[in-house]
This record gives sequence, C-alpha cells and structure tokens, in this order.
Amino acid sequence: MDYSTDEMMTVSAARMLRDRAVCFVGIGLPSKAANLARMTRAPQAVLVYESGPIGAKPSVLPLSIGDGELAITADTTVSTGEIFSYWLQGGRIDVGFLGAAQIDRFANINTTVIGPYARPTVRLPGAGGAPEIAGSAGEVLIVLRQTPKTFVDRLDFTTSVGHGEGGDYRRRIGLPGKGPVAVISNLGILRPDDVTKELVLTQIHPGVQLDEIQSATGWQLRISPNLEITTAPTPEELTCLRDLEQRTALAHGLKSA
Amino acid sequence: MAKIVSISDAVAELIHDGDKIACEGFTHLIPFAAGHEIIRQGRRNLTLIRMTPDLIYDQMIGMGVASKLVFSWGGNPGVGSLHRLREAVEQQWPVPLELEEFSHAGMVQAYMAGAAGLPFGVLRGFNGTDLAKVNQNIKSISCPFTGELLAAIPAIRPDVTVIHAQKADRQGNVLLWGVIGVQKEAVLAAKRSIVTVEEIVDQLDAWPNACVLPSWIVSHVCLLPGGAYPSYAQGYYDRDNRFYQEWDQVSRSRSDFLTWIDVNVINGPAGDSQPSPPKRLQKAV
Repeated sequence: MDYSTDEMMTVSAARMLRDRAVCFVGIGLPSKAANLARMTRAPQAVLVYESGPIGAKPSVLPLSIGDGELAITADTTVSTGEIFSYWLQGGRIDVGFLGAAQIDRFANINTTVIGPYARPTVRLPGAGGAPEIAGSAGEVLIVLRQTPKTFVDRLDFTTSVGHGEGGDYRRRIGLPGKGPVAVISNLGILRPDDVTKELVLTQIHPGVQLDEIQSATGWQLRISPNLEITTAPTPEELTCLRDLEQRTALAHGLKSA
Repeated sequence: MAKIVSISDAVAELIHDGDKIACEGFTHLIPFAAGHEIIRQGRRNLTLIRMTPDLIYDQMIGMGVASKLVFSWGGNPGVGSLHRLREAVEQQWPVPLELEEFSHAGMVQAYMAGAAGLPFGVLRGFNGTDLAKVNQNIKSISCPFTGELLAAIPAIRPDVTVIHAQKADRQGNVLLWGVIGVQKEAVLAAKRSIVTVEEIVDQLDAWPNACVLPSWIVSHVCLLPGGAYPSYAQGYYDRDNRFYQEWDQVSRSRSDFLTWIDVNVINGPAGDSQPSPPKRLQKAV
C-alpha cells in the first residue's frame, strides 16, 4: 500500500509505545499515535490526558485535550490538580508522549515563542502540561515533522527540558525521569547517545535520503553506524490509521482528514 | 447562600473594572455566555486568569477588556493559534496585554494554594526551563527535610471566579461532572463567584463524593442553558468542534472578528433573556 511520510511518522511513533505502558498523551500527533498503538499492538496501554481522564479509550481522536469522548470512555476522570499532582508528579506515568514546535540536538523543546520573548515574531501557545511531563514521566517520546524550522541549532526559548546541555544534566538539576528516549519524525527516528545525550539518527524511513534528512536539520546531524531502515507501514497499520482518521473527520463534522 | 439572579445582574454587581477574573473550565463547561456578558457590559483593565484561554478569552482580549493575561496554554485546541491573543501580544491591538505564564501543573498548584489559604503552591517543576527567567512569580524553595529544590508559585486569589456547571438546586447548591478541571479550586480561591448552570432543579440527586459546590460558598447562580457553547456540557450537548475550526478564519482579521462580535455578542441574545438553543452562534460564522 502507498503511504505518506506523515503516515510513516504516525505508524512508527505508535510502534514505540509498549503494551501496558501508562502513557501521558499530548494533543495532536501524540494522541493520534498513542491511539493507533492502542488499536493495534498495545491494546492494554493506559492513556492519560491532562484534562483528567485516566484509561481513555476514544473511538475517534479528540480535537481538544478535554473532549467528552475521553471522559466517557475513561476508567475514571479526576480533577486537573489530581492528574498533575498524584499521577504525574507522583511517578505513575511510564511514558510522556509530546509534540513540539522546535527541538534542539539535546531534545529540548520550545512551544512558547519564535523570536525574542518580549517582542516575539510568533507567539506560540506556551507550556501547557509539557514541562512537568518532560520532567517527571519515566521516559519521553517526541513526535514532530522535521524541517530546518523545527530542528534548530538553538531554541528561541526552552519550554520543556529534554537532556539540557547533554551528559548527566537531568540528574544534576534533579529531574526524576529519564527524559526523551526517541524523537520520531516524518523522515526518521533519532535517539540520544548513551553518554553525551546528543540525538543520533538511528533509523531512516524507507525512501528518505541521508542528505535530505541532514538538510532538514539545523545542526550537523550524527548518524548511527548501525543505521536501520524503518519497516514500511503494514496494510493493517495503514488501514487502522485511515479508519481512525475517517471516523474522526466524520465525528468532527469535516469531510475528510 | 447563593442568590439566583440574572447573568447581567451578577456581572454588574460582582465584576468591576480592574478586577482579577478567573473564568475556568478545562475545555469542558467553559463559561462562554458569562464572558459575553462581561464584553457587553464593557469591562476594562481586567486581569484574566485561565489555564487555557480558549476562544472565550480570545474574544474578550480582542474586545479590549483585559490588560493582563495569566495562563499556561494559549492555543485553539487541536486547531492552532488564538489570533486575537496573538495580535494583542505581537501588535498590541486593541490594547497592550501583559502576559504572565506558567505550566498547567504550576497554575493548578497556585489555585490549590489559593483554595487552601496558603501563600504559595509548590511543585517539582520549571527546573531548566526558561519560564522562570521571564516570570518573576516562579521562584524556587528548598525542601526543609531533604534539601531538594522545588518550584514555588504565589497562590492565585481571583476577585471573581466564573464557572459553568450542569445543575443547581433552588438553594443554589451546584453539581458538575465529567472533566471538572480546576473549577472547584478556582471557586474556593476566589473572593466572589458566579456559577452559570444548564438547569435549576428541585433535587440535585448528587451521589456521595460528587463534585458539589455548597450554596454557601457561591455568590451568585445564573440559569443559562447553552451557556458553555461552543464548548460542551456533558450530558447536555457536545463540543462544537466545527465552530472551533471555523473560529480560526473568523478571528484572523480584525474586521471579521468585530463583525462577528457585533452580531453574536453585542446584538446577540442577551444573557438574561430566554436563552436560545446552544446552536445559536453557529449560523453567523
């Protein structure tokens, strides 16, 4: 089956989620990938949304982080204070699944401003739940499209910490979780080096060229000597993803996603 | 005891120019109709507090009611930017807007501290981020027992908190369910409060542990069916996701925005007249 690079990104992000993992899900691409995972290889994954639903099992993707579908299908829905205090900060989240507007070589995230803070050229939505998800989740997966504007040498603003300045930065400043373990893009998958924590390209999606992925990256990208080619989406994965998108579009009153 | 009054009387009596106002509701139960009444009554110089400003604060900011916004995520959920908020920040239109931003976890702790009568909220957060560099109200404090460095944020204490709920009884006890966000904390933290509701009933029939705000902690209750539209009220109507997507176009230009407000808010159905069905706003988009 033919597929788009966005579909490759969503499918490969979904494959990263272990079955039975307790996953704190960001809205948009992370929510799509986490629900695809739940509908395919991780049926027992527990999806937690910052609006309060724990164990949400939506049949269509929520447009917002607090759609009614999430509360109706959840095992329980708690207050926002409880979600962040008891469930996230309390250490009960295995995986935080985040998106980003900008990312750097240590997987730090900007979702606040492009340009100077006081006079931004683009005012982005801001932090939301991400700083504490990035800090306290057992580990973090990040999914975003890879372009020179998103994979940048220097962030305009550090909203959420990945591996900071690299090395043992997280331990030094007292962040409990392991931080980002993979960044999944439409071109490939990057993972932090064991020691330096700089992102290394470890997987490239089928049909993507190395120079293409380098020119979409704002720094000199390190390539793993054991670079693998991602397995193309299977017909089952694609069918499930497209059905999900179709149901979602119908539910939100749109024609087709 | 809460008084059951019209929304126009509630806003006129309780919300004054320069007040700190929290209109809460996490995607669910957003008090749109109350926000529209604040616009109609022409309040100015408000500090607007809300974790997710959403379309309601986009509309209020675009109409110049606010001089400051306290928030943690200012987007159109699942759609993109809040264009009126962005223009206020990027172009100072219609009036300059001061920003004070936190993360969700930070704001939640600040509301909880306000509700608990504590001077500040504490959390494990903000370490290594730039947020503390641009917000003087994010400080650190070391744990007196372990020495761990934690973040401290001053308690949020609104002059008025405004929320929407499913039901009240005739005594003004309020029941809400579903995604309940920080509404309870926001009401407890505030000096005064307004709760708009889908219906007023003889008996709440609340189960033990339900999220009930007793009448004696609420200032005013207003009957406003559809008052959360285009957000939703679980058990009453769904979120109008299409409206949220269409708002992206309506709010891009100043003139389209002002026309929309003029038709739907200024000359729209007054909050205290017999409310129309919740779909009323959709036609004019």
